Amino acid sequence: MSLEALLPNLGEWLRGTGPESDIILSTRIRLARNLADIPFTSRADASQKAAVVRRFREALAKANLPYTLQYHDLATLSPLDRQFLVERQLISPELATHQGPCGVAFDHRESVSIMVNEEDHLRLQVLRSGFALEDAWQEINQLDDALEAHLPYAFHPQFGYLTACPTNVGTGLRASVMLHLPALSLTRQLERTLRAIQKIQLTVRGLHGERSHALGDLYQISNQVTLGKSEPRILQELREVIQIILAGERQARQLLLQEQRHVEENRVARALGTLGSATLITTEETMELLSVVRLGIHLKLIDNIPTTVVNQLFIQCQAAHLQKIVGHTLDGEERNVARARFLKDRLRQLGPQHS
Amino acid sequence: MKCMFCDNPATIHLTDIVQRQKREMHLCERCARERKLLPAPLGAPLNLKALLQFLLQALRSFESHQDTRSCPKCGLTYASLKAEGRMGCASDYTLFRSTLEPLLERIHRATEHTGKRPRAAQLRAEMEELRQRLEEAVARENYEQAAQLRDRIRQMEREVEGTRR
Repeated sequence: MSLEALLPNLGEWLRGTGPESDIILSTRIRLARNLADIPFTSRADASQKAAVVRRFREALAKANLPYTLQYHDLATLSPLDRQFLVERQLISPELATHQGPCGVAFDHRESVSIMVNEEDHLRLQVLRSGFALEDAWQEINQLDDALEAHLPYAFHPQFGYLTACPTNVGTGLRASVMLHLPALSLTRQLERTLRAIQKIQLTVRGLHGERSHALGDLYQISNQVTLGKSEPRILQELREVIQIILAGERQARQLLLQEQRHVEENRVARALGTLGSATLITTEETMELLSVVRLGIHLKLIDNIPTTVVNQLFIQCQAAHLQKIVGHTLDGEERNVARARFLKDRLRQLGPQHS
Repeated sequence: MKCMFCDNPATIHLTDIVQRQKREMHLCERCARERKLLPAPLGAPLNLKALLQFLLQALRSFESHQDTRSCPKCGLTYASLKAEGRMGCASDYTLFRSTLEPLLERIHRATEHTGKRPRAAQLRAEMEELRQRLEEAVARENYEQAAQLRDRIRQMEREVEGTRR
């Protein structure tokens, strides 16, 4: 499977379906796992890292899974291809810059992926569209069992699954829910809400995880604590908080419709106008405008653009995707021109933007 | 009212009085942030490394002697654990347990795992124990118990196979 084959696809997390998908884009769970008898990645030499890759691939071949995970050796991929995988949420920015043997295995739906030799030997990940913590947990739990039958995991009776960083030890579980919160942001309730979340040991981050800021009102909320709580309890606590935020965003959206429908209509129309007529546009501006359009769709202010198209544009306007679409590398300014042209074409295909 | 620096509406109004001189500023949120007049926006990355270093530093005060141990498996020293906040291999968790426990208490407010355990490994350990009890039962000529134990072991063998599917 070549990476080019992925280009027309959306990837599980942008399908725009699933429960609460008007607000929740995707649910992700990852498990950090290490092999018992090899030092963690940062202290492993090249031959030990190669052994991790080999043993993982052997275990993967034996594990009887309901899907096929194809392994990609990152050493054989260009920096552009690596960035492409980062944008699709299949690998982390850290793995993209890793030196030495490492890789990623994922299925054709891009719903299940396993990073090899990231900070931990194995990072298992399951992505689902919409709000699907239970579903994602069942799937990843099964995957974990299937691999564990063939790989001796580093496990300590007191500390649980051992990880390179003590912030992940225990369950090694991080569950993140990606939310689109434009109305809470517009009504200036967001900062207060997010501050409250951080007080109860949950983390808020932007689109691409650690070290990224919130673009296009997209926020990832995840658990911080991995030790001392069982997996179902971690997920339940996260679920309860997300439900409160969901209710808040819905209420804020209703308020916007009641109090300032015309203002919102104007914002959406202007956003579409800019997206459809700019000749130079940055990723940041595109994301902000798409966020406005996405809200417009769910407030039913426009009806001729499907959410999936907006989701698709969210990812296609990112640097590596854009270059893959154009077919050659572009510098910053060229990208802004190509992005504007691409958006204009896509919106023209959808016809006039009147509600 | 417009922002003093750009044309956006001013949403932030600052007044300070220094030596009876009153000074007012009216800015939009972005200009205020650019001029560092507002706290960093939320969603700013949490600097985990700095946090860990801070926590480990705080722990230093509890130590009465310099720890010179290093891990025979991965070479991690107490000093590098303190500097990097990262474990080097599985055995470090046992070797540096006394340093780790207060750290885990601060990060997770807990020091004991209560979640999932590796299933196949656990089954194998339990089977080993049952096999010993079986041998003991046979030695005591308690054949009824031995038969029960044998059945349970067989059942668990099938379960381990099941995890392999």
